[in-house]
Amino acid sequence: MPVEDPELVDRLRAGDQVAFATVVRQWSPAMLRVARGYVHSHSSAEEVVQEAWLGVLRSLDGFEGRAQFRTWVFRVLANIARRHGRADERRNAELAGPTVDPARFRDDDDPYPGHWRDDAAPADWGPEPEMLAAEFRAVLGRALDELPERQRVVVELRDVHGFDGEEVCALLDLTPANQRVLLHRGRARLRATLEEALT
Amino acid sequence: MTPRDVACIELVELLTDYLEGALPPDEVAAVEAHLDLCEACRTYLAQMRATIAALGRLPVETLPESVYDELLAAFRDRRA
Repeated sequence: MPVEDPELVDRLRAGDQVAFATVVRQWSPAMLRVARGYVHSHSSAEEVVQEAWLGVLRSLDGFEGRAQFRTWVFRVLANIARRHGRADERRNAELAGPTVDPARFRDDDDPYPGHWRDDAAPADWGPEPEMLAAEFRAVLGRALDELPERQRVVVELRDVHGFDGEEVCALLDLTPANQRVLLHRGRARLRATLEEALT
Repeated sequence: MTPRDVACIELVELLTDYLEGALPPDEVAAVEAHLDLCEACRTYLAQMRATIAALGRLPVETLPESVYDELLAAFRDRRA
């Protein structure tokens, strides 16, 4: 994700069409994924993103620069998506519990309690090219779609779209600790999915 | 000071905080001491990193061209 141009807002206010076209192309993919957290279909998400950009255009002159412009755009998006969307169902979906099956670790009566059992330790995934195969990309993409909603959005913004943690906290209104928990649980679930597919 | 002992079952839950730079220095030392000795956890960490890298290479969806065109038209109208 390129660093935000500090003069971007001025250029948009001045009617710079290239700046607007560029920013819409750069940010819309991540906006679509955030919108998908609120609405049921891809086409509804497209409508939400379009409406968000129109909302941004309407209130551009009122933007005061207290937040990063991109964060502000995503907040406009979230407000519109909430109005469109299913309510905050699944909000508290699993934030507790282990991310690796406890049965893979040794019992308390073992000399090394809590260490990997020999027959359940993670096995090598083999050469990296394997991971790049379209087949595994498809497995990963499907598993990502199936994560609990907040885990999915955090993992997508961080790992697919390259946002940093601080910005994700700002635009999803998360504490840093919660953001890390969601990221951890989502990544761990996806690792487990790849493990099943690769070993 | 010798870093505290961390079992694998605990270590796997510390890895995102470790990768995020969110652990205090004594916990970083404990994680790294464990990783030095434990090949299975090094493999697990490598798999977390491989997962993250694979996520970074997923194709992303974008808006249809017609929507871009409408947005650009709205932007031009805003100036009119």
